Amino acid sequence: MAEMSPLLDVRDLHAWYGESHVLHGMTFSIRKGEVVTLLGRNGVGKTTTMRSIMGIVQKRTGSIRYGQTETIGLPSNNIARLGIGYCPEERGIFASLNVTENLLLPPAVKSSGLSIGEVHTLFPQLKERARSQGTKLSGGEQQMLAIARILRTGAELLLLDEPTEGLAPVIVQHIGAVIRDLKKRGLTILLVEQNLHFAVTVADRHYLVEHGTVVDEIENGQLANNRQRLEAHLGV
Amino acid sequence: MFELIGVPPQALFGQLLLGLINGAFYALLSLGLAVIFGMLNVINFAHGAQYMMGAFGAWMMLTYLGIPYWGALLLVPIVIGALGILLERLFLARLYHLDHLYGLLLTFGLALIFEGLFRRQYGSSGLPYTNPIPGGTNLGFMFLPWYRGWVIIVSIVVCLATWFMIEKTKLGSYLRAATENPTLVRAFGINVPRMMTLTYGFGVGLAALAGVLAAPIYSVNPIMGSNLIIVVFAVVVIGGMGSIMGSILTGFGLGIIEGLTKVFYPEASNTVIFVIMAIVLMIRPAGLFGTPR
Ligand SMILES: Nc1ncnc2c1ncn2[C@@H]1O[C@H](COP(=O)(O)OP(=O)(O)O)[C@@H](O)[C@H]1O
Ligand SMILES: [Mg+2]
Repeated sequence: MAEMSPLLDVRDLHAWYGESHVLHGMTFSIRKGEVVTLLGRNGVGKTTTMRSIMGIVQKRTGSIRYGQTETIGLPSNNIARLGIGYCPEERGIFASLNVTENLLLPPAVKSSGLSIGEVHTLFPQLKERARSQGTKLSGGEQQMLAIARILRTGAELLLLDEPTEGLAPVIVQHIGAVIRDLKKRGLTILLVEQNLHFAVTVADRHYLVEHGTVVDEIENGQLANNRQRLEAHLGV
Repeated sequence: MFELIGVPPQALFGQLLLGLINGAFYALLSLGLAVIFGMLNVINFAHGAQYMMGAFGAWMMLTYLGIPYWGALLLVPIVIGALGILLERLFLARLYHLDHLYGLLLTFGLALIFEGLFRRQYGSSGLPYTNPIPGGTNLGFMFLPWYRGWVIIVSIVVCLATWFMIEKTKLGSYLRAATENPTLVRAFGINVPRMMTLTYGFGVGLAALAGVLAAPIYSVNPIMGSNLIIVVFAVVVIGGMGSIMGSILTGFGLGIIEGLTKVFYPEASNTVIFVIMAIVLMIRPAGLFGTPR
């Protein structure tokens, strides 16, 4: 049963910034086509987990399997080439590139990526602002650009780090609609969120993170029953 | 009109031409430094030595292999650029995780070694290199030697082509992005370390090209680079490290200013660039075209 083996399988992941030990054995997995969140308070290690998966945090141990490939020893550029697209928390829009250059920057890793036309259908704003300097866009537009540019590449697993952070409700809704659309297209998404209301509208499963480890796993359907437990964790 | 301010036009245009020639070299060399610094965050102190090796490369190709100027113009930047790639792989690449200062010290040391080797082998009196385009034309207000005109044109064309490649092409967008945030560019699947290696090779190749261009004008000399590079560093400080067009314009501009100073106040012609540098540092520490980083 090939479908049962996870697309991304993280086992006992430890990570360090210099001497500071930040991840203490993260273990979780995502099957193909799932949207899974990492939920947790500020500073528990969600971003570090994504940066470890991408190989940006290099001092890491444990196992990160993508499909059949163990990636823990690979350099960042090779990990991306396997088909993982990364949308960082700080968005990472390049000031020295215009919107189109930003959009076209990440090289295609698979042939199955969205065309420019499809990207513009999902995010019409990006078409209107094509010639603008990347960082002249509004926060919401920059977030859309940061998501859009990894859709073009054909990446099959998307890592989205707090894509709704600090954005107006209409834009949050728009991003929610895009994520559901991407799920329909068969993409697999690991989502870091602090916005629980948003997370329930897009995700299949949630992992609760505390102090650099996964402390709980909740199916989206079970969320209502576990609301209190969850809110205690998140401190809402 | 010229007589009014007491300067004969021949002298004025003669110095302007000299200024443009110097500016052509300042621009080529500071452009290479800017490209290398942008991508590698290394202040390449070996740049002057690599320029000198470009001139020696042309001389050696002619003397030992019989390869004429035109062949050397193409081959020397490739050979010296390849040598740069080797240096980057063997030494520089090991220093990126450390402070700026280590790359600077390493390249400074390498410059001393290269110059020492050439001085030991060839002495420091200088070797002649025959002008491949002798003669010139009288423009009426001045005499223009063909070769000097050629140097200015090559420099402008190469500078503009480099600017175009960096600012207007896909490859250039990788370069600009990696200059801003190499970690993220790498996380998109681009082999940033290889880009850094090639960028260093390219910058060194530009220095070597300037060296080949210089060979018929100045005598080929082991210390020709260290004399020039001090002025070029001042040019880079004035222009600001970050900007490509900035280094080109500053290079030519300061060459011309230096030439004009020779006409109007010769006593200051050796120091004018450093005076400008001091003023710019006080008013705009990041340089005329630079952005603070
Ligand atoms: N570059 C860094 N250097 C040192 N410590 C860091 C760095 N980035 C994050 N940390 C620390 O690592 C821990 C986890 O951070 P992070 O992964 O960003 O948390 P989250 O994304 O869950 O808010 C925090 O204690 C944070 O202070
Ligand atoms: Mg975070």
